Amino acid sequence: MEHQTFGGEVTVPHEHNPGAVSKIIRTTVILSVITIVELILGYYIYTLHKNPDFSHNFVLFLKGIIIILSLAKAFYIVSIFMHLGDEIRNLIMTIVVPLLLFIWFIAAFLWDASSWKNLRNEYAPKDPVKHEQHAEPAHEGGLK
Amino acid sequence: MAQTVPATTKWWNGGKSPFNVEYGKLMMWYFLMSDAFTFGAFLISYGSIRFSSNSWPDPNHVFNAVPFFEGSHLPLVFVSFMTFVLIVSSVTMVLAVHEGHKGNKKGVIKYLFWTIVFGLIFLGSQAWEWTHLHHEGAWWGSNPFPNADGTVASTNFTNYFFTITGFHGFHVLSGVVINLIALLMTSNGVFERRGHYLMIEKVGLYWHFVDLVWVFVFLFFYLV
Repeated sequence: MEHQTFGGEVTVPHEHNPGAVSKIIRTTVILSVITIVELILGYYIYTLHKNPDFSHNFVLFLKGIIIILSLAKAFYIVSIFMHLGDEIRNLIMTIVVPLLLFIWFIAAFLWDASSWKNLRNEYAPKDPVKHEQHAEPAHEGGLK
Repeated sequence: MAQTVPATTKWWNGGKSPFNVEYGKLMMWYFLMSDAFTFGAFLISYGSIRFSSNSWPDPNHVFNAVPFFEGSHLPLVFVSFMTFVLIVSSVTMVLAVHEGHKGNKKGVIKYLFWTIVFGLIFLGSQAWEWTHLHHEGAWWGSNPFPNADGTVASTNFTNYFFTITGFHGFHVLSGVVINLIALLMTSNGVFERRGHYLMIEKVGLYWHFVDLVWVFVFLFFYLV
């Protein structure tokens, strides 16, 4: 055979290229820098919380950035450290496509959770009978 | 099918693995995918309960302790240390895999050894943190920390924290044991006789996955 095979694997030439270590070092630096940025943002949120009338939307925005940075970290770990990026495309797809279920999984559950919270906040403080009596037209707009 | 793979190699003509990976490595990938769903289910459950609560304990006021600095308020410090330990252990693991590609037994032993050391440091740190929280009265079914808005918190916070970090810590522990077995097999020359170090790659996949899960545990319990 023209290829060298190990346990059924045809060895891939890039594995022997001398740039592998510098790729590992570059990925390490990227992961460390992202983590440091996340920590800086985390401390920034912490200092924002000390001010009693901080902007909730701004904190949510910062948290969104931290989540995106973590997803980038996950990409680098899976693609470079676990070498998934070097595998054949069909193999990558059999791993990645099932994980797309997470999009539905996260959206559905968080949506349901926030709906549950809103319903509870809306109805729990009110006695059901009293709620019937107070259903005045002026309140209907507020209920959406 | 053939157009998705390099034209020079007919992967689907038989005699070769169409994915060009060893059976065990492919199955490790599928196992890790299923494990990702397990952790995902845990974290999404945690997220749903947190989303449905009007307020939640502030992680910066819960996780503020550092060994040797007892009583001081240092949020994020200790968990950053744990995160970097796990990142470094991932780097030494990928270097062990790299040495395995070159067939360098001594290199594999050296980097596996350091991976195990960092794994043990992580486990020790987690044990310290659990002990510290337990002394503060936190455990499954008991939560001494108030919500961020000052109201009394339910035990959801501690239940999820101990369950998910415990499940992750158990993965780290099994990873350390697996690495230890791989280290013993390497030093006994098992892989040298076999002619390849694919076992180190599979062990490495598991270890990186543990680091990957920590990225999200760190994110959702300590950062946001």
